[in-house]
Amino acid sequence: MAQLIFTQQLGRFMTVPQVETDAADLRGALDEAFDAHPRLRGYVLDEQGRLRENVVIFIDGQRTRERERLTDALAPLSKVYILQALSGG
Amino acid sequence: MSDRAYLATRKGLFEIYRTHEAWHLDRQHFLGDPVSMVLPDRRDGTLYAALSLGHFGSKLHRLDPGAAEWTEIAAPAFPPKPEDSDDKVDWAVKQIWSLAAGGPDQPGVLWAGTLPGGLFRSNDRGDSWHLVEPLWNLPERAQWMGGGYDVPGIHSICVDPRDSRSVLVGVSCGGAWLTNDGGESWAPRAKGMVATYMPPELAEVEAVQDPHRIVRCAGEPDKLWCQHHNGIWRSVDNGAHWTEVRAAPLSNFGFAVAVHPADGETAWFVPAEADSKRVPPRAALAVTRTVDGGESFTAWRGGLPQQHCYDLVYRHGLAVSDDGQLLLMGSTTGGAWLSEDGGGQWQTVSTTLPPIYAVSFA
Repeated sequence: MAQLIFTQQLGRFMTVPQVETDAADLRGALDEAFDAHPRLRGYVLDEQGRLRENVVIFIDGQRTRERERLTDALAPLSKVYILQALSGG
Repeated sequence: MSDRAYLATRKGLFEIYRTHEAWHLDRQHFLGDPVSMVLPDRRDGTLYAALSLGHFGSKLHRLDPGAAEWTEIAAPAFPPKPEDSDDKVDWAVKQIWSLAAGGPDQPGVLWAGTLPGGLFRSNDRGDSWHLVEPLWNLPERAQWMGGGYDVPGIHSICVDPRDSRSVLVGVSCGGAWLTNDGGESWAPRAKGMVATYMPPELAEVEAVQDPHRIVRCAGEPDKLWCQHHNGIWRSVDNGAHWTEVRAAPLSNFGFAVAVHPADGETAWFVPAEADSKRVPPRAALAVTRTVDGGESFTAWRGGLPQQHCYDLVYRHGLAVSDDGQLLLMGSTTGGAWLSEDGGGQWQTVSTTLPPIYAVSFA
């Protein structure tokens, strides 16, 4: 199963979930996580369903570039890191 | 007289309280996180804090009366943008820029103004929100533009104490708008304002005005004051007409305005030198006050830094308490000052806070 690993920075606001999924793409995997943890959705996606501007996702070491449809494919053992982009001061 | 106040800052929410000797910093909340707005709801003692998380978006938290812990509640959010929409604006909340309680006859009603220009209403103390679509769908919104931020935003929400269905909002840049039916219909309310940043033929268009802040006198609700990008305006007819006030000393530029809660002729301003130089005039901080509807002003400096002071008091950085005597202001460089005599003399609360976005008395 693919593994979703969320930044521990979210721990300030909620218990950071650990998610394993059979979803074939990123959108499906995230939807599974959000179904189980509804409040998480608004931290990762904006209200139009797009990846938040300062959130980045890496799938098996590759940063995703498509931030709206989130259709990147997942392999059965993919590791998906959902992280904050460094910014600000 | 209030004995507690809140400061929403770039790096947390701070409380101050008064002992018999002085005002002191007290508890902190959300330390490290930007708090864009704070609302103490006097109807039921609830405290609301809007967070503007750089990575994770705008959030809203509620501290219920007597509770030890904050609860994250729903945050205003736009509905899905229709695929055939030609609206150039991104339908995503960038920041909660204003919060206001509904009238005393509307327990649980809250209003929120956001960048980019959305007004949201909650009927259940923030457990859910909906976009006030009649305002969002106004054709004139296409004329709104950024002012202070890249996108337009609603920074002022003035509920009429005589009728809770009547609400006036101020938009930078988008003028002022009034509803008398709880948000179902809206009419422009910026006639008389003048925007010198526009071509002359467009300078008086209501929907392009940049009222930096609009406040309403609770005791004389038809009296409104506005610190505008191009000067100071007042209205004595609930915004139907605005008259420029030209007597302010030092500068007519600034962001903040506060009005006396009972006397609509009395208002305070914190002048900055100019649009192109957003620091106190001659680097010396002053608060100006009129008690005669803008016919004359007094500039107060007692207790405020008078040398090498570059503190700017932003839109929500000046508050007056219910007695009209207690004033609090906070600056974008982390200075906070408090006056107990209507602005004549100020005491320093701190000069080392994070940038202060908003202040409010409990």
